Amino acid sequence: MLLLELAHARSGDKGDTANVGLIALKPEYYPHLVKHVTAARVARHFRGLITGKVERYELPNLHALNFLLHGALDGGGTVSLKTDAQGKVFSTALLRMEIEAPR
Amino acid sequence: MREAGRPVRIAAGQGFWGDWLEAPYRQVTGGPIDYLMMDYLAEVTMSILQKQKSRDPATGYAKDFVPQMARILPLLAERRVKVTANAGGVNPRACAQAVAAAARELGLGGKLRIGVVTGDDLLPRLDGLLARGHDLKNLDTGRPLREIRDRVLAANAYLGAAPVVHALRQGADIVVTGRVTDTGLTLAPMVHAFGWRADDWDKLAAGTVAGHTIECGAQCSGGNCGVNWERIPDLANVGYPIVEAHADGSFEITKHPDTGGRISVAGVTEQLVYEMGDPTTYITPDCVADFTTIRLTQAGKDRVHFTDIKGRPATDKLKVSLAYFYGYKAVGTLVYAWPDAYRKAQAADRVLRRRLQDLRLSFDAIHTEFVGADATHGSLAGRATRFADLPEVQLRVAVRSPEAGPVERFTREIAPLILNGPPSVTGFAGGRPKPEEIVAYWPALIDKGVVEPCVELVDV
Repeated sequence: MLLLELAHARSGDKGDTANVGLIALKPEYYPHLVKHVTAARVARHFRGLITGKVERYELPNLHALNFLLHGALDGGGTVSLKTDAQGKVFSTALLRMEIEAPR
Repeated sequence: MREAGRPVRIAAGQGFWGDWLEAPYRQVTGGPIDYLMMDYLAEVTMSILQKQKSRDPATGYAKDFVPQMARILPLLAERRVKVTANAGGVNPRACAQAVAAAARELGLGGKLRIGVVTGDDLLPRLDGLLARGHDLKNLDTGRPLREIRDRVLAANAYLGAAPVVHALRQGADIVVTGRVTDTGLTLAPMVHAFGWRADDWDKLAAGTVAGHTIECGAQCSGGNCGVNWERIPDLANVGYPIVEAHADGSFEITKHPDTGGRISVAGVTEQLVYEMGDPTTYITPDCVADFTTIRLTQAGKDRVHFTDIKGRPATDKLKVSLAYFYGYKAVGTLVYAWPDAYRKAQAADRVLRRRLQDLRLSFDAIHTEFVGADATHGSLAGRATRFADLPEVQLRVAVRSPEAGPVERFTREIAPLILNGPPSVTGFAGGRPKPEEIVAYWPALIDKGVVEPCVELVDV
């Protein structure tokens, strides 16, 4: 299934890094996200689209994960030549990820 | 005036310079509030303002702020609503004078005190600071500022809530600041109203989280929200957020009655993670807030309750935002129609790149996107076969160079493709693309002791 069915997301920028906050649509989905949406898997998902590493932080209180995608914005902010220079739609790009269905 | 025990109501009136012009008026008229918080400054805004000020010393602040204030000043005075705004940019004194002039014209002479917060502008001090060993290394790349010193256009330290609190204590009705943090503009009224100590880290963190929640205006009250977005009511009439803060550090986010939008745990959570780094360590000049401690509950319709927020002591550094001249860029676009829209746009891109190469133009980067196919999600959007039958595709080619020449020449290579490239092309009515100067961002840290915030008062 698509991650879109289990989570919602918002993304933004810090320099050349995009952040994607991924939030479980229901609290019971959160452990499933923690287990399956790993930093390594997100790095594979965005292969070719980012030049740096992926870091993941957990916010169990908000049933959310925060991903930092380094080297995502062609230099970032005003320097970037991309339509999405500020990483605003990396959120939905992450929600395209195929993921195992929770039991 | 606020009675003891009642929460302090702080309303967001502007989430960035360019935000909805109607929002401040609606926040003041839609119901009772104590403070109107208006955030104007993004990372590159200061360099734009610095450039304006170099041409005309009376400018350099967010000009929209003055007519926005003029529209609500009589209401603010009548209802005793105070304003915190970083609209002052690189010239807070001129901004305050312009607001004072507008107030006098409205017959508010003798009724208004404006606080002016300065001390954030490090540009005039930059060489002295470098000479004294403050190397202002780039936080992202580690490079020393010396490498780009001759291209620096603006340098501002982020000040916290303290000078804003100082202005409020001296009776300011409107506090106009330079580069005060977005969160400090919301935290300051709470510190002032509740008398929180400068080392009450949990409460300062709570006020900081409140500030982060409302600093982007309606982005926490239904705007840009991905959850059941089609069922968010009446975005045309969206209500901007209001913090109802309590002395113990707990608070609620709500909005005025009879407004559109939605305040839910899901929508507020989206805003909490927006532009987030390490959530345990959200650093401001006032404290370090831990976003992994926040407890959220839906406390009613369009009302979310925040508790349990923990903070740690502030660091001994301030962040400095520098802006410097980087080079030039330009973006050219053409629209290709069915049939074979995507393949035609691809072919045009190949032709264009070949011509740029034959002209021996040198660029840092040439970036092509096919809007309608892959511009936002790149290869994640699927295989090219899925684009075979698209009704139209916009070819978007952008170039970047340290020199103006190649970028200028590039802008003349777009229009010829209309007649000498692939067929069924349109969408060029905007004319030749314009080369743009790139002003880039350089984040750094500086010792707190070096920066001295200053508060002045202007009585209208």
